[in-house]
Amino acid sequence: MVDTFQFTPKINLEFAIGEKDFFVAGESASRVKKTLQQLGMEQEAIKRIAVIIYEAAMNVAIHASHGMLRVFISPEAITIETEDAGEGIPDVDLAMREGYSTATHEICEMGFGAGMGLPNIKHCADDLKIESKVGAGTLLQATVYFTNR
Amino acid sequence: MTLREIQAYIGAEILCGEGQLDREVHEAFACDLISEMLASASSHMLLITSLTNAHVIHTAEVIDALGVIFVGGRRPAEDVIEIVKKNSSIPLLTTKCQMFDCCGLLFAKGVQADRKDPL
Repeated sequence: MVDTFQFTPKINLEFAIGEKDFFVAGESASRVKKTLQQLGMEQEAIKRIAVIIYEAAMNVAIHASHGMLRVFISPEAITIETEDAGEGIPDVDLAMREGYSTATHEICEMGFGAGMGLPNIKHCADDLKIESKVGAGTLLQATVYFTNR
Repeated sequence: MTLREIQAYIGAEILCGEGQLDREVHEAFACDLISEMLASASSHMLLITSLTNAHVIHTAEVIDALGVIFVGGRRPAEDVIEIVKKNSSIPLLTTKCQMFDCCGLLFAKGVQADRKDPL
């Protein structure tokens, strides 16, 4: 588990994600986006954060029995964290490869499962950490800094 | 070209968001993959898709799309449209045009491809 953050969180948001709870992904992305807009954050950064939340939460809903999405907001950065009790990722490097997917036909029919989730998160984040243990679960932490890009 | 002009030109039916049809459309993005929309679509473009589930509408909101056109006569379920009416002002339209025809018609009218570099 990654146990440190580079800043003291100022606002924390938390969302529970159940198995196949696909709607929480879009809903939580929309809710965090509205919060950040109210805080007056820059539009392109908000979009990157919303994309990370959407993809990360969707991964939990698709692949895990349950998990949590946490968003830590400070003036300097936002960290999006998902922690799940899923099957784990046997090969993180392979999972990061664009086009690689283990999603089912049902997931693909919804417009997901293109093997772009983790690559999208990587593109949008300034910092990405993934720790996964097969049979135990996955912890993902993606950070967007407000001063870097 | 405004959404209202597009609606008339391709014979689309307005499902919701009628008050936002004066939005000016310069670029469009046509796609049936949610991750592709999240990765590559710019803000303030028109989304053209044959997906009609609630995910595509959440996605359109997340990426700040000007509106969504569902092609091939497809339309979201009524309960999805009702939720959008309550919570959002995003215009949703449906057209009998197939994807290729819809894109071709709009392209011929000067709507450009959304060519933003991936995030």
